[in-house]
Amino acid sequence: MNELLDPLLLARWQFGLTTVYHFLFVPITIGLATSTAVFQTAWYRTGKLEYLKITKFFGTIFLINFAMGVVTGIVQEFQFGMNWSEYSRFVGDVFGAPLALEGLLAFFFEATFIGLWIFGWDKLPRGIHLATIWCTAIGSIVSAYFIIAANAFMQNPVGYEMNVERGRAELVDIGALLANPVALAAFPHTIAASFMVASGLIISAAAWHLARNQHLDSMRPALKFGLWVMVGSGILTTLFGDQLSLAMVATQPMKMAAAEAMYDTACGADASFSLFTLGTPDGSSELFSIRVPYLLSFLSTHTFDGCVEGINDLQAQYQELYGPGDYTPIIWVTYWSFRWMIGLGLAHVLVAVVGLWLTRKGRMPKQAWIWKVAIWSFPLSLSAMIVGWIFTEMGRQPWIVFSLLPTESAVSPNVSGLDVLISLVAFTLIYGILAVVEVRLIIRAIKKGPPELGEPDPETGRVEPASTVY
Amino acid sequence: MDLTVLWFWIVAFLFVGYFVLDGFDFGIGMSLPFLGKDDTDRRVLINTIGPVWDLNETWVIVAGASLFAAFPEWYATLFSGFYLALLLILLALIARGVSFEYRHQRPESRWKKWFDGMIVVGSAVPALLWGVAFANIVQGVPLDADHNYTGTLFDLLNPYALLGGLTTLLLFFTHGVVFASLKTEGELRERARRLATKSGIITIVVAASFLLWTGLAFGTLWFWILAGLAAVALIGGWLANLRGAEGVAFTLLAITVAAAVLALFAALFPDVMPASNDPANSLTIVNASSTTYTLTVMSWVAVVFLPLVLLYQGWTYWVFRKRVSRASIEAAAH
Repeated sequence: MNELLDPLLLARWQFGLTTVYHFLFVPITIGLATSTAVFQTAWYRTGKLEYLKITKFFGTIFLINFAMGVVTGIVQEFQFGMNWSEYSRFVGDVFGAPLALEGLLAFFFEATFIGLWIFGWDKLPRGIHLATIWCTAIGSIVSAYFIIAANAFMQNPVGYEMNVERGRAELVDIGALLANPVALAAFPHTIAASFMVASGLIISAAAWHLARNQHLDSMRPALKFGLWVMVGSGILTTLFGDQLSLAMVATQPMKMAAAEAMYDTACGADASFSLFTLGTPDGSSELFSIRVPYLLSFLSTHTFDGCVEGINDLQAQYQELYGPGDYTPIIWVTYWSFRWMIGLGLAHVLVAVVGLWLTRKGRMPKQAWIWKVAIWSFPLSLSAMIVGWIFTEMGRQPWIVFSLLPTESAVSPNVSGLDVLISLVAFTLIYGILAVVEVRLIIRAIKKGPPELGEPDPETGRVEPASTVY
Repeated sequence: MDLTVLWFWIVAFLFVGYFVLDGFDFGIGMSLPFLGKDDTDRRVLINTIGPVWDLNETWVIVAGASLFAAFPEWYATLFSGFYLALLLILLALIARGVSFEYRHQRPESRWKKWFDGMIVVGSAVPALLWGVAFANIVQGVPLDADHNYTGTLFDLLNPYALLGGLTTLLLFFTHGVVFASLKTEGELRERARRLATKSGIITIVVAASFLLWTGLAFGTLWFWILAGLAAVALIGGWLANLRGAEGVAFTLLAITVAAAVLALFAALFPDVMPASNDPANSLTIVNASSTTYTLTVMSWVAVVFLPLVLLYQGWTYWVFRKRVSRASIEAAAH
């Protein structure tokens, strides 16, 4: 019973659950806002109705998703203080600033212009209305920068000084905080991955109609767009991911060692990357693995004869630096999440490359299974995104702020296990119900297809359907 | 001016923004069962705030984040201390937010009723609990030497705080109903005006008792000035509504909310979380604040961006200044 009501464990589960859940909607918002803006721009520039149809079609899906992102985001803003008050006291001076900047610069912007976009179709001049969706997209991307800069401080604290008397980290250089090398690599990696997620959704929705040979005028260009964005953003995600792993090796070598489950320091050919490993149940030694020699050396140092520090050496180093304790993340979590991130992401890019080949020069494959793959491949990129974040955050453990504050010292001391259990159950229930409702609504909106548009108004030449009403 | 003082008032300003704007959203939400005779009426009411509820709600996110950045100790003590109350607010805001977006997605009346219910509850709970929370902040709560709250949820539900909650609930309700009369047409508009007259009387009585209690217990000179302004604006708003001057009534009620919130902050200053058990444990603008460097950076950002925010949000209200008619809803219904 006591273990069940451990406030630290429950608070960690709650933070993980609510954050992963929130982040299901975030990449879709970022990628789909921009994609919708591109579609609307295409319509604005060419006047072709199929582009307006695509805009409205994906705009509807975007809004169903956006609502969830908004309401689950408030929880994130409150949760640091509610469950992690010691963390808040410790880092507030540093960590609060990017959060406040995010609110002032990005959230207000995004929330205001999304309202204008939804309700402004027949109230704003076309060009201004187009600008509102771009503003929404820019707001979502800017907010991502600030939140990743805040997160990067937890991975690689910079721009601060310790105030021993007050027992807290204090900001001394906002420029250094915002230009954290981890943030500079993690931000484009995350944004590119968000475009993978959104294009996955676009491919899936377009394929559903094309498999049924309907709405060809709008869904064919949508599919093409989705496939190209998937390939392009897949390449960018990989390149920036590579930059991020270099930054990670430099700042959190333990995370890379844990990603590879590599216990002993290895160099050159011995620094191999394992595609698959079977180990003993306790994870301390391996029974069978498939390995690519030199690859880990290259990923970590961009040379073939580099050395990669192993878990045991790092553990010994950290004990010397930070005192006795276990400084190793949960290896099976980091090992497998790292692999699944790469594998699922690459799998989706592969699907897109094959898709581009199959649909080259206006071809449309007839085989039903090909379309099924396209429709059902959407979860690949979304799952890759999620396991990527699980890797990043679990690989940071046992620290909440690397090298400065252990997670166990960060939890609110006056919030009981029962309190957290109540909130964890409440969030799980409401999030579970909303997940079912949301997925059904999105599937319904996809199946309904793009709207039929009437004849242009003889007076104004407008073809826009009336603005959405709630 | 000392930056901690400046940030105390910036935080106050952000909460004023939140309560003035999302307050009438809550009022619209709570008014559905009173004003919405049929589905079209309810859609009209929801659409009066459709384009703006999200930006209104964003004020609380920015207020929370600014509290975190400027007064981390205040943020940590308040949010961990009022844990279950804030949980209820969060759940309510989640339910309300998705309901606006989802209720029109399906035609079945059972579907809509379900979301209407969530809008009503999701509006009433935060309208009540924000008042309870702020009354407790002003009154003081038990804090230990590390500034951690040592009471329970039920300690927060004391008579003074409940009166504070009732005050915000009624104030937001009346403000929302006046907004409804300002933004709708015909019979609905008339119904809203009559309801505001009735609810206004109760609001005046309750709000006056709460402000009087606050003043007698914690009043400062500035509190009395601001509370007096709130009272005058409230009575003026009620009279304006009676005479059908909806714009004036709405503005005066906005002033009421703003002045009342500022009055509470004035009663609080220079504490931010007074400790009811031992004044030595109180959090003040000094021991709760961030460093001068952080506050300086934040001040520049706030000075540049807050006016911009007000500008583009004001423009949004201008774009959607027209009344929402039943005809426009029926035309767009699908």
